[in-house]
Amino acid sequence: MTIPRNGGRAPRDEAAFIAALKSGDDAAYEELVRTQGGRMLAVARRFLRSEDDARDAVQDSFVNAFRSIGRFKGNARVSTWLHRIVVNAALMKLRTRGRRPEYSIEELLPGFLENGHLAEPASEWEKPPEDRVSRAEIRELVLAKVHELPEGHRNVFLLRDIEEFDTDETAWALKVSAGAVKTRLHRARLALRKLLEPHLRRSTA
Amino acid sequence: MNCREFVDFLMAYIDEELPAAQRAAFDEHLATCPSCVTYLDTYRETVRLGREVCVDPDGPAPEDVPDDLIRAILDARRSQA
Repeated sequence: MTIPRNGGRAPRDEAAFIAALKSGDDAAYEELVRTQGGRMLAVARRFLRSEDDARDAVQDSFVNAFRSIGRFKGNARVSTWLHRIVVNAALMKLRTRGRRPEYSIEELLPGFLENGHLAEPASEWEKPPEDRVSRAEIRELVLAKVHELPEGHRNVFLLRDIEEFDTDETAWALKVSAGAVKTRLHRARLALRKLLEPHLRRSTA
Repeated sequence: MNCREFVDFLMAYIDEELPAAQRAAFDEHLATCPSCVTYLDTYRETVRLGREVCVDPDGPAPEDVPDDLIRAILDARRSQA
């Protein structure tokens, strides 16, 4: 049997698919896992470095989704609903794993001279590459550097800039104030910029 | 305004959340500080690159799900039923 691998069905088909899930149709459940599982695993891996943790988060998410499908109102796409569930499952996993000692983000922030000027003038970066391989390499680089951010800042960056949560949703998910989300997001971006600069700086040779 | 203040309020600047007078001070600083112009460009590029991490412009192509994970998930559902 060929199982469609895209998540982009027409709205009417999506309604029929949700109805099949609500009626407990085994094939619909399997299709849901096969079509959405990869995307969800990719999301979990962005938060959790351990592959076992990422897989556990995906499994927990599907179990939660199966349990609550009866309450799914259909006012969002199934993929969007599952995305929220897996993000929360990954954050829960981070919380239960316990806080690890975290280094300060200060050393990754820009330095300034006494007169307020940047201690190191900013360098221009190379133009974004056009070929697919180089773009994929840059995505890998960015994700690796995101993982070098201290966890409290990394999670805000992932939620706001990558998973597209808004400020209030991020504050709720991380149990911090909206003001803290804004401050951490800005600092995370400054730090990430500094981490990327040596790799993306335009060569002068 | 100096570079430190510029960097401190950069996010509010690009999100257009600054009052008009402060925004004018930013623009005035940018007109005289090439390093902050470059800093602003590379900050924006950092945000763009972050967003591109999960939006692959070369196609959706979600990764394959390992078969043993699929089996584990479906087994977990059956054991709950």
